[in-house]
Amino acid sequence: MPPPTKPAPVPTPETLPFWEGCAAGELRIQRCTSCGKHVFYPRPACPHCYSTDLEWVVSDGTATLHSYVISHRAGPGFAEEVPYVIAIVELPEGVRMMTNLVQVEADPEQLPLDMPLRVVFEPRGDVHLPLFAPAGSAA
Amino acid sequence: MSAKDDIVIIGAAETDQLGKLPHLSTLSLHLEGARNALADAGMTPADIDGIATVQTPGPVSIAHALGVEATWLDGTGVGGTSFLFHVRHAAAAIRAGLAGTVLITHGESGRSRVDAPGWGRSPQSLNGQFEAPYGVFGPPTAFTLTALRYMKDTGTTLEQLAEVAVAQRRWANKNPRALMQDLVTVDDVLNSKMIAWPFTLLMCCLVTDGGGSLVVTTREKAEARGYDKPLVHLLGAGEAADSPMVSQMPDLTSFGAFKRSSAAAFAEAGITHSDVDHLMIYDAFAHVPIYGLEDAGFVGRGEAGAFVAEGNTSPGGKLPMNTNGGGMSYTHTGMYGMFAIQEAVRQVRGEAAAQVEGVERSVVMGNGGMFMAGATLVLGKSPR
Repeated sequence: MPPPTKPAPVPTPETLPFWEGCAAGELRIQRCTSCGKHVFYPRPACPHCYSTDLEWVVSDGTATLHSYVISHRAGPGFAEEVPYVIAIVELPEGVRMMTNLVQVEADPEQLPLDMPLRVVFEPRGDVHLPLFAPAGSAA
Repeated sequence: MSAKDDIVIIGAAETDQLGKLPHLSTLSLHLEGARNALADAGMTPADIDGIATVQTPGPVSIAHALGVEATWLDGTGVGGTSFLFHVRHAAAAIRAGLAGTVLITHGESGRSRVDAPGWGRSPQSLNGQFEAPYGVFGPPTAFTLTALRYMKDTGTTLEQLAEVAVAQRRWANKNPRALMQDLVTVDDVLNSKMIAWPFTLLMCCLVTDGGGSLVVTTREKAEARGYDKPLVHLLGAGEAADSPMVSQMPDLTSFGAFKRSSAAAFAEAGITHSDVDHLMIYDAFAHVPIYGLEDAGFVGRGEAGAFVAEGNTSPGGKLPMNTNGGGMSYTHTGMYGMFAIQEAVRQVRGEAAAQVEGVERSVVMGNGGMFMAGATLVLGKSPR
């Protein structure tokens, strides 16, 4: 049996604009035109005010490190990466997403919470995944 | 409360053994726990008309295998806290006349995985799109993701997190059925194998096979049967949901479903924290009981780590917690909530291995998924 590959997302109709944004090098999230709040993960209605008037906006690609673990066990396809950082990051709009940190050592000393990050996109399957690197690291 | 509205647990038992049981399928684990609980209640399947359990294999299979023609079935599956939901749902169903006596079963081949459901999720699911691609590998790398945020915001230390595992091992040390019984120190915990920083192996739950069941009915029916054990009364219950993905919790430092379900259960029971003699908080990982202590209001924000480290939840402490040793030292099949209820029943009856003196009221708080759903039960020796 071949070694497992990393899981690749398959878009659904409501998430497709997000994944199309990633392929274009943009981090697109939803904004409710009724109450003005931002929404992530993509969905058909605003969880704050029930409006279905959601528009897609481009976030600026920055984030802060909200929380993380350093996995010492390999998830499917991650054998080469161990240890690796699984993080929850917060975008300036206040929404959060899970991601991996790249271009930084998987060492707690290098990873203070709230450190500034910027998005980078990595091809995976038919999509591009948003990963995050320290804001000051080389592009 | 009238005898026909007073809901009681009349039967409670686990499988004969817990641990590594490759000779028992998931169904067999359910049925062994069910037979033991029915025997504990002095009943046979003919006395049961309601069945509640989770997939796998689900309430239809359990009813069929036991030959029960159920008038009420509940398959609520919200992870390891499902059985607390089932108790609450059974109470409502019995009071509404939909069932007379309900059997709630759990069986899980968590370790040997004999007919266990697969882990795979669709790459189109929310999890498949927004969490699985980042190399999460089950609960040890996802449930744990909130802890560093909590520790930074509250000043809780790694040593205090380790103290949760130390305290529970003190209870397990008194329990011959606990899988891990040897006392451990904070250093032992911190120096055990790193799983997902900051969590080491001893801060994570066990992975075992096992099962357990409950029989729920009314005090009126129980008294009519001449039951010879102390009845365990359901004084209050609450249930709540949070987020289907840990990354989408509104607040990583607090579990809303613990807050809301405990508030509802305490209000229904008409109790305050000082009325609680014994506490079970689902401990899939060391930080979960810390959240529970704070979210239910037993201690203030950021105080739980010190509270545990000072021995308050250990043997001899003022709030004995997870007295079977918990998911970290006793057993953890995957959906541990059933075992938390079982220990609370034993403590209220006065038949626990590490019995706490004079338990009038016990509170059980269950987590489902990874901070996904939560429920709280208040159990008591006397009716409300």
